[in-house]
Amino acid sequence: MPAPLTFDAPELHAAIERLATAIESRHGVKPPVVLAGIANGGIELAQRLGRRLGVPTAQLNPAFHRDDIGRNPIPGDTQPSIIPFDITGRTVVIVDDVLHSGRTLKAAIDELFDWGRPAAVELAILIDRGGRKMPFAADYVGLTVTPTDRQKVNVFLDATDPSRDTASITALKS
Amino acid sequence: MSWNRRHLLTLEELSLAELDQIHATAASFKKILTRSVKKVPALRGKTIVNLFLEPSTRTRMAFDMAAKRLSADTISLDAKSSSTTKGESLRDTAQNIEALQADMIVVRHSAPGSPLYLSKILGIPVINAGDGAHEHPTQGLLDTFTMRERLGSLKGRRVVILGDILYSRVARSNIQALKTFGADVTLVGPSTLVPKHLEALGVTVSHDLRSALADAEVVMLLRIQHERQNAGMFPSIGEYTSMFGLNQQRAAWLHPNAIIMHPGPINRGVEIDSELADGPRSVILDQVTNGIAVRMAVLYLCAGGQPEYVTPTG
Repeated sequence: MPAPLTFDAPELHAAIERLATAIESRHGVKPPVVLAGIANGGIELAQRLGRRLGVPTAQLNPAFHRDDIGRNPIPGDTQPSIIPFDITGRTVVIVDDVLHSGRTLKAAIDELFDWGRPAAVELAILIDRGGRKMPFAADYVGLTVTPTDRQKVNVFLDATDPSRDTASITALKS
Repeated sequence: MSWNRRHLLTLEELSLAELDQIHATAASFKKILTRSVKKVPALRGKTIVNLFLEPSTRTRMAFDMAAKRLSADTISLDAKSSSTTKGESLRDTAQNIEALQADMIVVRHSAPGSPLYLSKILGIPVINAGDGAHEHPTQGLLDTFTMRERLGSLKGRRVVILGDILYSRVARSNIQALKTFGADVTLVGPSTLVPKHLEALGVTVSHDLRSALADAEVVMLLRIQHERQNAGMFPSIGEYTSMFGLNQQRAAWLHPNAIIMHPGPINRGVEIDSELADGPRSVILDQVTNGIAVRMAVLYLCAGGQPEYVTPTG
């Protein structure tokens, strides 16, 4: 098994800056987009990007659109969808910390369309780990890693102290 | 922690974390009820049978609506239309429902413990929608959800439950949940309906309405059932109202921000005056709306409840 890999705060902050710059290079320095972070991992990332770009942010909870109820435990921590603006006709950038199979993203897009009909939907991902089971590709990627199927990518963005941000690749519990 | 239960039978066995999780999930579902698409596909393809062998209006409607908001298919069966009128046992009725490939059963029955019994013989989740005078867990959940919406934390809050406690499954479920949340519960009413031995539930029993209501932040009224008068539990409906009915004068004894609750159906002019039932302190209709969100949460969580841990699929 490959050795565990860790990203520290400066590496993650550089990756977040790359995401912001890439969104600006496509849409301009005052991008006419809104951001929607996927609960729970994408919420803090979306808020940081929103502050950096000066655009409004929302949070998307895809739980009720997942197709694996009864197969996976229902997590105890529930963050509801909070979309404080009308998304109809706007470009929505969905934001998440890790992109893997694409199932969460599929559920998040379904949830988004229950709130309105965006003009376009784009995807910004902090860490793309590959292993897609759905035909999705991110528009903006901060970092790319290639862990094995038996490894998990963990991202922790500290809302109160960003110097404690960290990401790591660890072995899945058997 | 994650949700593991397949059944909801009683609030007595639920931890604070589990009650919190149901309420948090209900809060998410309540937001869905206010948007233009009031439906999510969480239980698409599942069939839920509402087996109501005792009369019910709002509980059955709320369960039915909750299931439909989750995209489940529902079938409702009552005592008149079920084969129990032909002498079929509860066990046989329930096993037939399971054999018809239902995915979940919501049961109301006059026998305390009947949902527990079904949970032991069926392989599908069983939700208690009221079992005799034992418990009505989803009512306790929606009542405490409504209190938390208005008051925030319930720890140390003064809650009065007023009326027919002895035979009330609503009171019993509320007491269980309120105790877990750390509320200070007082039961009040005539001694025939609120006997002293109820103190064993960890609550205060009082027959003095004025001192019980003084500075209370919640007063929950229970319906006075006319058959109780026939059973000699109190002399007359009029006498009950004059002693324990909630009117403007008595409501003034409450805490200034107190809320007034009632699980329905209301006997206007008996346990509560109309002007209070329809007034700004009443959260009676909020309770009804919250009943959908809380039941969505219960159906959703129990449909996904499982003891074993499986790796999330990302």
